[in-house]
Amino acid sequence: MNFSIYDFTEFIRSIHFWLTGIFSPGLADVIGLAIIGVCFLLFVTLLGLSLVYVERKVAAFFQQRLGPMRVGFWGTAQTVADIIKLIFKEPLVTKNSDKFLFNLAAFIVLIAPFMVIGAVPFAKGLHALDFDIGLFYITAVSSIGVTGILLAGWSSNNKYSLIGAMRSGAQIVSYELSVVLSLITIVVLTGSLQLSEIVASQSDGWWIFKGNIPAIIAFIIFIVASTAESNRGPFDLAEAESELTAGFHTEYSGIRFAFFFLAEYVNFFIIAAVGATVFFGGWMPLHIGNIEFFNNAMDVIPPVIWFFGKVVVLLFLIMWFKWTFPRLRIDQLLTLEWKYLLPISIVNILLMSLVALNGWHL
Amino acid sequence: MELIIFYILVAGILISSVLTVTSRRILRAAVYLLFMLLGSAGLFFMLNFYFLAAVQLTVYAGGIIVLIIFSVMLTSQVNEKLEAAGIKKSLFSLIAVAAGTVVCISAILNYNFPAVSSAENDSSMRTIGLQLLSYKENGYALPFEVISILLLASMVGAIIIAKRDVSK
Repeated sequence: MNFSIYDFTEFIRSIHFWLTGIFSPGLADVIGLAIIGVCFLLFVTLLGLSLVYVERKVAAFFQQRLGPMRVGFWGTAQTVADIIKLIFKEPLVTKNSDKFLFNLAAFIVLIAPFMVIGAVPFAKGLHALDFDIGLFYITAVSSIGVTGILLAGWSSNNKYSLIGAMRSGAQIVSYELSVVLSLITIVVLTGSLQLSEIVASQSDGWWIFKGNIPAIIAFIIFIVASTAESNRGPFDLAEAESELTAGFHTEYSGIRFAFFFLAEYVNFFIIAAVGATVFFGGWMPLHIGNIEFFNNAMDVIPPVIWFFGKVVVLLFLIMWFKWTFPRLRIDQLLTLEWKYLLPISIVNILLMSLVALNGWHL
Repeated sequence: MELIIFYILVAGILISSVLTVTSRRILRAAVYLLFMLLGSAGLFFMLNFYFLAAVQLTVYAGGIIVLIIFSVMLTSQVNEKLEAAGIKKSLFSLIAVAAGTVVCISAILNYNFPAVSSAENDSSMRTIGLQLLSYKENGYALPFEVISILLLASMVGAIIIAKRDVSK
């Protein structure tokens, strides 16, 4: 096996040949799929555990506390302890709820992030799904997630859950528009929705630098709208503790509550990953035009590290929002989307088309 | 391998579509409908019609179903059940369903599907985009524009209906 940290295409192909050499072609396909599935499951679990820990630490530092410190070195094992506790907790179901939908909702919220994460390009060749509609696929699939939240709120038979679900439904459905429009602004430049091509088109510079002013406006709209779409603070009024206890997942406990939590953090990661891929070149190292020595020096750092580095920076930026800005009211939230972000992003697409037609971008 | 996935998807579609019409809880019916639509999106993915599959997911699973769930949420309670259909109603719907099945199956059996080469069947995003805005032969620029005017008109209509009470 020829393993290279810079290009996974050969490595994946050699695994495939190795599998087909041992098993019959049909069985090899099944085993290959199973391996990919297990990898993603492990990745998502580790992601959830580490993101919760990081979030708690970041929040603590913003509030001049230390955060979890007792379990493990600097509290690193805290989330593992938490998840073990959640697994052993009794999953309560309220008496007059629709039990079937109540149980199903926790799984539906997990469907969308699992389907999307396969389309994320982690490094060259490390890419499970590469459709020619890549970006459209991501936005299409992530629109399913809201169903789970609505069902959870309704089937709990609790007024706080219902109000929380209504709020978050209205929020997700409206902010989806701005997210998609801001992504389309960059698609005007790339001329392709395929994620591998979007990454390849940034080999001489990332779109945030090459795309002139409209790209920067699009990025700001993207980061605001996607923070709102994932129900994160300062837009977390769907689960505003002080008024709605915990919003749509008030009645959930034990492992089902963990599912909601996990879905939220995986969505959080996906936003950062999509933002990094479209605006910051994904796994593409920082290249400036055709300056050979600089580009070669940057290529020394493996693409995986570039990708996760960009994702971590974006994640930190969004956490920074959450722990800095006060929470919005529902009418302020909807005004922000429909009266400001949506018109701005439509005008921004026109501006970007003008830039692309006149070749004002790099 | 493909065949197994196909049968799983088809079984899912059939079971959930039957449950959609037989369920007496309206929100459960909406959820079964969601599974039916997801299954058919899966079929489109198997046929390599990625664009159609993604449209199915955004428009139906992410749009229509969310609208249905929203309206059900605002109008009904968790414990509400629809009353079971009477014998007369079930009999007539059974006849209608049987007639529909016969018509569909006979139409499918009598039509000999011509084999289409993959070149003719080009459904890549680029081709769809160019075709949609082309005004030459086989272009869809006119229907595209007409539909956008229809959409604008219905949006204006929706706003006027929603606003009517305020002006009084």
